[in-house]
Amino acid sequence: MLWTCINLPHLAMDGILRRRPAPGPLVLADGPVNARTIVSANDSAQAAGLHVGQRLSAAQALLSKFEAVPYDRGSVDRWHRFLAAVAYRYSSEVSLLPHAIVLEVSRSMGLFGPWPRLASMLRADFTELGFRHRLATAPTAHAAHVLATVSDGQAVLSADALRHALQRVPIAKSSLPANAIAALPGMGIRSLGQVLALPRDGLRRRFGAELLDALDRLTGDRPSGLDLYRPPDIFDLRIELLHEVENRSALVFPVRRMADDLSAYLAGRDGGVQRFLLRLEHREGRYTDVPVGLLASERNGAMLFEFARGRLEHVALPEPVPALRLIARDLPAFVPAGRDLFDERPANALPIGQLRERLRARLGDRAVYRLGSTTDPRPERAQAVAECGGVHDEPSPRPTWLLAHPVPLRGPSPRILIGPERLETGWWDGGEACRDYYVVETSLGQRAWAFCPPGEQGGWMLQGWFA
Amino acid sequence: MNAVAPLSALLDARRVWRGRAPEVPAGDQPTGWRALDAVLPAGGWPDASLSEILLPVDGVGELRLVLPTLARLTQSRRHVVIVSPPYAPCVAGWRQQGVDMRRVDIVEAAEKDVLWATEQCLRSGSCAAVLAWPRQADDRALRRLQVAAVTGQALAFVFRDRSHLSNASPAALRLELEASPQPRIWVRKCRGGAVPPRPVPLTQLAR
Repeated sequence: MLWTCINLPHLAMDGILRRRPAPGPLVLADGPVNARTIVSANDSAQAAGLHVGQRLSAAQALLSKFEAVPYDRGSVDRWHRFLAAVAYRYSSEVSLLPHAIVLEVSRSMGLFGPWPRLASMLRADFTELGFRHRLATAPTAHAAHVLATVSDGQAVLSADALRHALQRVPIAKSSLPANAIAALPGMGIRSLGQVLALPRDGLRRRFGAELLDALDRLTGDRPSGLDLYRPPDIFDLRIELLHEVENRSALVFPVRRMADDLSAYLAGRDGGVQRFLLRLEHREGRYTDVPVGLLASERNGAMLFEFARGRLEHVALPEPVPALRLIARDLPAFVPAGRDLFDERPANALPIGQLRERLRARLGDRAVYRLGSTTDPRPERAQAVAECGGVHDEPSPRPTWLLAHPVPLRGPSPRILIGPERLETGWWDGGEACRDYYVVETSLGQRAWAFCPPGEQGGWMLQGWFA
Repeated sequence: MNAVAPLSALLDARRVWRGRAPEVPAGDQPTGWRALDAVLPAGGWPDASLSEILLPVDGVGELRLVLPTLARLTQSRRHVVIVSPPYAPCVAGWRQQGVDMRRVDIVEAAEKDVLWATEQCLRSGSCAAVLAWPRQADDRALRRLQVAAVTGQALAFVFRDRSHLSNASPAALRLELEASPQPRIWVRKCRGGAVPPRPVPLTQLAR
């Protein structure tokens, strides 16, 4: 077993910052109303002298203008689970630890490559999503967690090396039970190595079995006892905007983020999305739904964003929008489009399916279609919008343009080239037709497909053109 | 007046430029009409370029002209897109000409979106040919389509009224269809070659 820990030291702050870049100082505050303390501060706030643990009132005395956002436990938890879903792409065994995600990677390395390559892939994913992180790998989940809090990028691949690496870890960062962390430094014990060297009986008498269990989980003598994370079957992401948006164009940035998040989630699940809903929330529980339906499942973030934006452009905002929600329930398997090895198309070609989606997003869902033939001989019903029609060949000549409805053929009497072809059908469904079809040439030199009542050669009705 | 200078000296000094027709690569997009291929400099449609077809009225053979090409492309499993056609393509008739309708997409676009949709299809690189019937297209719009056709390596066909003949066009090939007294094709412009002086007859049997 080999576990990788992704430590997220600034989870709450990054979750806020990725919604919109904060140019000025920004802090997250938590605690009772009369004693609010800073739990996280961005770079420019830290440069101004604000720090974690400071009272908000003290900070206000230091700096006249900064933004204080209340710390939202629910949203931090949601981001935590979302990142676990992203990490699920790399391993089927993913667990949540406080401010961290651990995943079992010994088998993943067989697929993704040795540790340096896997680490760079993980880092690329988390950097792309905008979350600062620290990585460490160790034979046990808890040891990886401890090593990630101490330093970034440490990889300990064997049990012997692990004992050695744990030696130097200071007690304060060892994630042992709180009573031990408080009491051990008072006894002159400052590193994990010293704790591990102490007789176990003495430790049990003084601190109880809890400490020994924690130590055994660190070294791997006890199973980690972590619950495995299971990604949800429904993607539901809600973003509260920092101010009420009245202009559609201001929704573009958050929608792009949401589409990227959906794409990261789908990659983790190895699935695609066929239909999703963009819900624009208004005040007092009212909302506007923007459904986005695709012809085939898709998971490319840029494409999902483009399709969502195309649909969004047709929506008029009836009220200001304080929050956005993206809900995806229909998550079928994703089948990447196959391409021929000797394909002659340019390398950056957009697949035909994505082209169709792009056109539908702007022109409307019914704007792109294919035609197939039916078995009905009446020209008005002989063809229909179809994915693939049956192969049914007509023996007599058929035109290349078909008029939606026959219209009278004006002008001087046409010259008959071929005909007549009698068509008599439809008496059973109310659309009775009894016509003689001719191929005629008009005085302008056009070839037309026209019909007249049986037995007559006049009163021409134009049905199509032999263009 | 002793100003007679040898021509070779002028040529060496590069003060005289000798006009020479640029090399036209023999394309591999035959139109399917032997008589027409024979007069076109590329031996067929100019590859990855815009071709403009000008008509007096609808139904004079504009589709007969391109259907052999569409049949060849769809049968080799390439996609064809038709943007805002004036009438519905008749499935039975197209199939009689050999077109595989499963690879033909029809796009209905409003007047203002026709050029956008055509450009998207051309640029995508996944369409072998795009047919469009723009009603308002100026020189600049056609130039964009020409650039898009080069980008996406696609054949672009634009069908317009004959009245546009007097306007200059950036299309690599301009054909004019004439219906009476007999169906004929005039080549009005072809890149990389002289315009043939005589029209090509467009008869049912010329293929």
